[in-house]
Amino acid sequence: MGEPMRIRAAVTGDVVEVKVLMRHDMETGLRKDAAGKAIPGHYIQSLVGKCKDKLVLDAQFGPSVSKDPFLSFKFKGGAKGDKVIITWTDNKGDSRTDEGTIV
Amino acid sequence: MNHKRRDMMRITSVLSLAISAGLLKTSAAFAADWNAKAFEAKNMEEVVKALGGSAPTISKDIMITAPDIAENGAVVPVSVSSSVPKTQYMAILVEKNPSALSAGFNIPADSEPSVSTRIKMGSTSKVHALVKADGKWLIATKEIKVTLGGCGG
Repeated sequence: MGEPMRIRAAVTGDVVEVKVLMRHDMETGLRKDAAGKAIPGHYIQSLVGKCKDKLVLDAQFGPSVSKDPFLSFKFKGGAKGDKVIITWTDNKGDSRTDEGTIV
Repeated sequence: MNHKRRDMMRITSVLSLAISAGLLKTSAAFAADWNAKAFEAKNMEEVVKALGGSAPTISKDIMITAPDIAENGAVVPVSVSSSVPKTQYMAILVEKNPSALSAGFNIPADSEPSVSTRIKMGSTSKVHALVKADGKWLIATKEIKVTLGGCGG
């Protein structure tokens, strides 16, 4: 199920800025191990973020996003105390959902 | 023997819980949205084509914030923001990477067209920010010099 994400969400005026740090190898599939065998790709493909059942993030990643991906995005319509729920899904079908509270 | 059986039962019960909670179903639905053609495309023109767009025009309303020189190509911070009204989609492309498209973002109605992430770069290359706004395709470009490539072993 992967390791937990770190989610920070802060509201300034009417804009909420969310910062997410995920734990994922983001293996490209292009590298080879010591024996010269190709290491299969393993990376996050889709990210969905919701706040009060409203879609606030809809992103697709390729293997060229850095290991342990960082992402920040902004949306309107969130208030202090609301929860931001983020879900990622990788190319092996594994997924993880975590939430953060807006401060 | 008995232990193995118990483990198996535990795994089965966890799996069935996950299915009933709708976890497995949703993950499959998300994966289908991933545009494999765009992510496998080798250059910018192919990416735009795979996304169903036309040749983009250069725009000064798109900002790319990134270092001029990245010491470590494995972690290059890139921010993209657009002040074009009705920005619907934004993407980060690295021209000289094995596959050009790094990340794509559909911008929901109430979200700001402003994202930051960290990408891998194999070598010094032009980085494009591709934006779809009000049905039009726009682009901004910045060159980032890489001292140490981030795609090899």
